[in-house]
Formats: sequence, structure tokens, C-alpha cells
Amino acid sequence: MTLQETSDSEAPAVSEDMVAGRAAMTDDVPKAYRVKSRTREAIETVLPPVLLGGLFLAFWYYLSLVVIDEGRRFLLKPPHQVVDVGFLDSDNFTEMLSGLWSSTKVALIGLAIAISIGFFLAIIMSQAKVLERAVFPFMVTLQAIPILAIVPLIGFWWGYGQTSRVVVCIIISLFPIIVNTLFGLLSADRAMHDLFTLHHANRLTRLRKLMFPAALPAVFAGLRISAGLSVIGAIVGDFFFGRGEVGIGQLLRRYANNLNGEELLAAVILSSALGIVVFWTFGWLQNAAIGKWHEAVQK
Amino acid sequence: MTTATTNGALSFDGIGMIFPDGTEALQDITFSVDRGEFITVVGPSGCGKSTLLRIASGLLEPTAGSVAVDRDRLGYVFQDATLLPWRTVRQNIELLAELHGFAASERKRLSTEAIELVGLTGFEHHYPKSLSGGMKMRASLARTLTLKPPVFLFDEPFGAVDEITREHLNEETQRLFQSEDFAGLFITHSIREAVYMSTKVYVMSARPGRIVAEFDIPFSYPRQPELRFEPDFAVLNGEVSHALRGSHQ
Repeated sequence: MTLQETSDSEAPAVSEDMVAGRAAMTDDVPKAYRVKSRTREAIETVLPPVLLGGLFLAFWYYLSLVVIDEGRRFLLKPPHQVVDVGFLDSDNFTEMLSGLWSSTKVALIGLAIAISIGFFLAIIMSQAKVLERAVFPFMVTLQAIPILAIVPLIGFWWGYGQTSRVVVCIIISLFPIIVNTLFGLLSADRAMHDLFTLHHANRLTRLRKLMFPAALPAVFAGLRISAGLSVIGAIVGDFFFGRGEVGIGQLLRRYANNLNGEELLAAVILSSALGIVVFWTFGWLQNAAIGKWHEAVQK
Repeated sequence: MTTATTNGALSFDGIGMIFPDGTEALQDITFSVDRGEFITVVGPSGCGKSTLLRIASGLLEPTAGSVAVDRDRLGYVFQDATLLPWRTVRQNIELLAELHGFAASERKRLSTEAIELVGLTGFEHHYPKSLSGGMKMRASLARTLTLKPPVFLFDEPFGAVDEITREHLNEETQRLFQSEDFAGLFITHSIREAVYMSTKVYVMSARPGRIVAEFDIPFSYPRQPELRFEPDFAVLNGEVSHALRGSHQ
């Protein structure tokens, strides 16, 4: 190599490219292999849960039609009747959907308030160890109270309508948001903090440009948990308070009291569908927000 | 801590460091680094080399002695690339200019220049997760270059990359030293790296860290990769190595 060549800024870049090229080649080999077996991979992914679901349905029929005698069949109606009465009867289905929508609203309002409170407390705690020490035990205490134990108290204080249901959602979903956000805010590397210190960054800049973005993966993990809990809170609150707008919780209780087996099962299925949709939505949000740079985002 | 009386862009005067747990990390370190000098401190792991850099940058207060340096635009290259994973290469490189309140157009100009200097053109929009270790280190160097720091501190920055990449990065660092005209203080435990890049090499003893030997490196810049295979280079390597072993006993 001549003198000019080494002082040329491009020379090392070229060799770096070669290294990158090598990496790309070795990366390509298994990818090509993967393309061939994609259909097979899809079958291997889909088949096991479908098979298990089929077995589950068969077992359901077996219990409903063979094990349980006709007089007590209301305890477990066969699947096709659940679909018939619960989903294909438009009156029933409309009633359930509007109940589900009411509960969804409660869950979302509760979650939004829990997120605001949770972020606020986590940010406060991240700024000084002494605040973290002061607040954290009370958060743990709040978390340790079984939700059913304070539901009567909540009704006592806030009445038996919408407000109380929202309060239940807040209490049940607050803790994971606080813990995950705080953990995330404190997760930024020591050396990165040093970098900000060296360049005289103030508290707000550090929070905005370092701690908050660093917290996002953990924040989303917390949100996914909290969103699911918030749905549970909305249904539990509605089930217990039973006044005001009819949510899915009130419907569940009414169907159970009236021995409407089909509707009851259909409402349970819809409730869990809501939970799945909420969980999936937050997964999607997470991917959209941090998927580009975060290494371990679930697809 | 910053006094303007001593000569040199960066000077240590009788630095001593005893940690609260009683560990004595550094003892009576006195030397200075001037513009046009590239000084490397080699020493065994845990001898307090990095502590010296933390003291130089003000991240740590020494328990004895004083440092004279302008801390306004101090260049500091960390052991890890410390790129922010949520920022693209360009956004990362603009970070320091951003923290120092430069206007957007100025940041863009500085980062474009730095990206060219380290040969990362074409990778501006990549996120750190898709870069190799060597490229991350280049981005980290570029980030520091945007400030055009008069003093450049390197804290074992190339320890984690493979040998070939390290050699390339060494060649680039000494090229940047030529073109950017900074005072360099480099920390490493690699003797080859030290001799290849520096104008002067100091050998630090095991804890408590003291400067036990000093070598002037006479080779002219720009230094060629082939320098590593020349007899004079091998002889100097041997001498530094000997001094390092001596300090261990």
C-alpha cells in the first residue's frame, strides 16, 4: 500500500464494507434455506393450535351431550347452540356488543388515567432515590390489596355507577405501569449518563433525550399487562356495582342468574376476545413505536 | 479544579486517587499533553488508567493534585460506542452538537463532515443495531469529532472489536490526529496499539497506578500499516513490554 492510499479516508471504509459484505453473505445462506420451507413452517405453526382447538371442541360436545344428562344440560350447552343463541340472535348479540362497548370505554378511561398517574409517579421517583424510597412501599401496599376486598369500599365512596368502575380499573392497572416505567427510566447505561454529564445536559434534557426513550421498551411491556388488567377491572367493577350503563359484567351476572347458559358462554367468549384485542393492539403499538430500533420486539 | 496556569492542553499535577473504600487507584501522576501530542498510557487491567481519564474529564474528583484542562468541548470516547439505540447514525452523531445548542443547519453540516471523516457515508439512516462493532465505534468517533475538541480522551475504545478492525481503527485514529490537530490521551492495554499511534507512551504500574516508564515514539506521520512489521517497531514494542513486566514484579 502506498502512502496516499492509507491517508485516503475511503481506504479503511472499503475494508469495512468487505467485512459487512461477508456478514451479509453468511446471513443470506440460512435465509434462502428458510424460503424453501416457509409453507412447511406455516403448517407447523398453525396446525398444533388448530388440532388442540378441535380436540377441545370435541371434548366440549362430549361433556355437553354425553356426560351431562338432559335435565342439567343448561350447565354446559353445546358449542353450536352457544353460537346460535349468543352470536346469531341479533337481539342478544346487539345487547352483548353494547355491553362490551360500555366496558371497553370504562377500561380505556381507567387505563388513560392510570397511565397519567403512573408516568407522573415514575418520573418523580426516578429523579431522587429518596422519593422512590418514600413512595414505593405504598405502591406495593396498594398492589397487595386484593381488588375484591376494596370493591365494596370503592362503591361506598364513589357510588355504584361509572365512576367506581373507572376507579377499579385505575387501581388494578396502576402498579405495572409504575414499576415498568420506573425500571425503564433507570435502565439507561452508566456510560450514556456520563456522556450527558460531560456535555452539561440539564435534568430535563437528560429525561427527554436519554431516560424516556430508554424507558420505552419497558413502558410498553407494562402497558400490555396493564391494558389486560384494565379490561378485567372494568368487568369486575360492572359485575359488582351493577348500576348505570349496562356493561358486559352486568350481563354476565344477569345471564347467570337467569340460567341462560348459551348467552353466558357467549359473553365469556366476547370478554376474552376483548382482552385479546387490547393485548394485540398494544403489541402493535409497541412494534410501531420502537420496532425500528429495539432489538427484542416480539413480532 | 480548572486552572489556566500550567502549560499544555491537558495537564495533571500530582494526581492521587484514593476511593472511599480505601483502594488507592492513582499515586502522584504528573504529566501534560499538548496539541500535536498523542500520549498513550498502557498498563495492566485495573491499574487505574480509566480512573485517570474520569478525573481528566471531571467525572471524578481526585483526592490529591489538580488537573488543568478546558472542559467546555472535551472529546471523550468511551469503552463502548454508547450510541443511543433509538437514534439513527446521523441523529447519534448530532447528539453532542444538540446538547451544546447548535442550530439544526450547523449540526447537519458538522455531522456530514464527521460522517465523511470516519467513512460512514451511506449509513446515516441506519440504527445502531444494524451496525458492526467497528462501525459503531466509527460513529462514536464521529460524534466526538463534531465538537472539534482540542483535547481528545480515549478510554480503551477498541478493546471489544476484532484484531483487523482494531488495526483499521488505529490507522484512522492516527490519521484523524494528523488532520484534526488535537491533543490526544489514549488508554489501552495493547502495547502494539500504543506504539503504533502515539508520539509518546507512558507505562503505568499495577495498583496504585504510577507512571514508571516513558517512551518517545520517533516514527513520522502518517504511519503506514506496514510499520507494524518493521524491526524498529518490534524493538520498541519489546521495550515497552519489558517495562510493563517490570512494573508487575
